[in-house]
Amino acid sequence: MIPVADFWNSTVGKKTVVAVTGTILVGYLILHMVGNLNSLFGPGGAEPRVDWYSGWLREIAEPLFPYAGVLWLARVILLGSIVIHITGVLQLNSRNRAARPSRYPARRIGRSWESGTMLVSGLLVLAFIIFHILQFTTLSITVTPLEHGAVYFNLYNAFQEWYFVVIYLAALVLVGIHLRHGIWSLVQTLGLDSPARNRGIRYGATALTLVIVIGFALVPVLFWTGVLGAPETEAAIASLAGGTA
Amino acid sequence: MKFKLEIWRQFETGEEGHFETFEVDGIDPEASFLEMLDQLNERLTGEKRRTVAFDSDCREGICGSCSLVIDDTPHGPRQVTSCQTYMRDFEDGSTIRVEPFRSTSFPVIRDLVTDRGALDRVIQAGGYTGATTGPQPEPNSMPVAPEVQERAMDAAICIGCGACVAACPNGSAMLFTGAKVTHLNLLPQGQPERANRAIAMVDQMDQEGFGGCTNFGECSRVCPQEISLDVIGMLNREYRRGRLGKRPKDPPAMRAQ
Ligand code: HEM
Ligand code: FES
Repeated sequence: MIPVADFWNSTVGKKTVVAVTGTILVGYLILHMVGNLNSLFGPGGAEPRVDWYSGWLREIAEPLFPYAGVLWLARVILLGSIVIHITGVLQLNSRNRAARPSRYPARRIGRSWESGTMLVSGLLVLAFIIFHILQFTTLSITVTPLEHGAVYFNLYNAFQEWYFVVIYLAALVLVGIHLRHGIWSLVQTLGLDSPARNRGIRYGATALTLVIVIGFALVPVLFWTGVLGAPETEAAIASLAGGTA
Repeated sequence: MKFKLEIWRQFETGEEGHFETFEVDGIDPEASFLEMLDQLNERLTGEKRRTVAFDSDCREGICGSCSLVIDDTPHGPRQVTSCQTYMRDFEDGSTIRVEPFRSTSFPVIRDLVTDRGALDRVIQAGGYTGATTGPQPEPNSMPVAPEVQERAMDAAICIGCGACVAACPNGSAMLFTGAKVTHLNLLPQGQPERANRAIAMVDQMDQEGFGGCTNFGECSRVCPQEISLDVIGMLNREYRRGRLGKRPKDPPAMRAQ
């Protein structure tokens, strides 16, 4: 049996758990980003591609799993990962602070500023995640019209407002800051690096970060600039007409 | 040359310390930092004042005793030990701040002298081999591939000074411990204790109150032996494999030349 408690109680073990949960979260981000790119197929008449995709997500592995079963499974894993990730990080952080007399030494030598701001970038990302779920999952932020199941419609409306575009782009910058250090760091923490590969891993982490950030950023930017047009479903047209009347 | 020194004074462990300012004059640019302090101490002795306590032994950069933080940088500006830091590297007339290595695990004994016994206890926990000494084995009976030997020796040159701990914002001893584990776990002599070495050393490290690694890399930037961060990756790997009960991977075998 693996002595789980011993592993979790050591600094190296706990950090390994932070890295594994971080990897799960990064993996999810990549899938989520690719999924979002379905919006780029545009309004597409009766059913926008991204609406179809959203429905499909709920039907995966039916009838083996109940409706939205896999989706809920993913949600549970993600919530668990975030909770464990943050718990580990906060515990490590308090240990690290205790190991160091305060304000010493003043001079920092050669660490990247991303690495020094992981806690801040992480907590701001957490705040964004909560806001984001309230907006597009629970549809609770009703500044712009939102409809159940009408993903394209919801995105289109939200990203006509400059402030939502700014919030999403700002959050992506924070995710980028977190991941530029995080992705390299997890490779190091898991000990998957080797002297010969280390430079490549650094560049690879930056490249993957850029792909994730740009991939996500395309959606708000293309809606805002009008490249992705208004939804064309009847319900949407009716709703928009009602909204402006 | 002439300098103004702000030196950390603390009579004993637990006492509140403070900086005291001294002026030194007539310093040879070729004097080492420690020789400059010797000169100051000679003068203080003459004036019947308490001398500045600091650690040193070999004064040639190999023992790891000297341990000054000079102008906020462990060992000083040149990434060499304090004893190998020369006054020519400082601007004439400048003010230089001198402090001990600091970490919760390195209590100050007096002035610039700290107790780095915590590192010795990490070594006691696993930084040894049970191989018998005596006549050298026949070289071909236990071949070591050149790449393996190179990696092991690059780690083995750690002099255990503790600058990595002093530089780390987390007060972590991962570079030190990583260097020891890399050195011993790669070589044939280290194999018998390998499965447990990283676990024992990491456990001791945690008990001593050292912090954890967040991959800042500052340790490596001050290391006078230029130990690479790679040793921390190796330590993480060895620790995880040990804990998960996996058989350690054999070092790559010798290839025919
Ligand atoms: C989308 C969500 C997130 C992703 C994809 C993510 C990803 C990562 C990754 C890959 C690492 C490196 C793991 C390692 O080497 O140990 C990491 C570390 C870290 N994360 Fe996150 N994280 C996320 C959310 C958060 C949140 C909400 C916080 C808030 C506290 C946070 C705080 C940290 C901190 C402080 C570290 C440690 C950095 C270090 O060792 O220097 N992360 N994260
Ligand atoms: S006195 Fe031995 S390394 Fe400096």
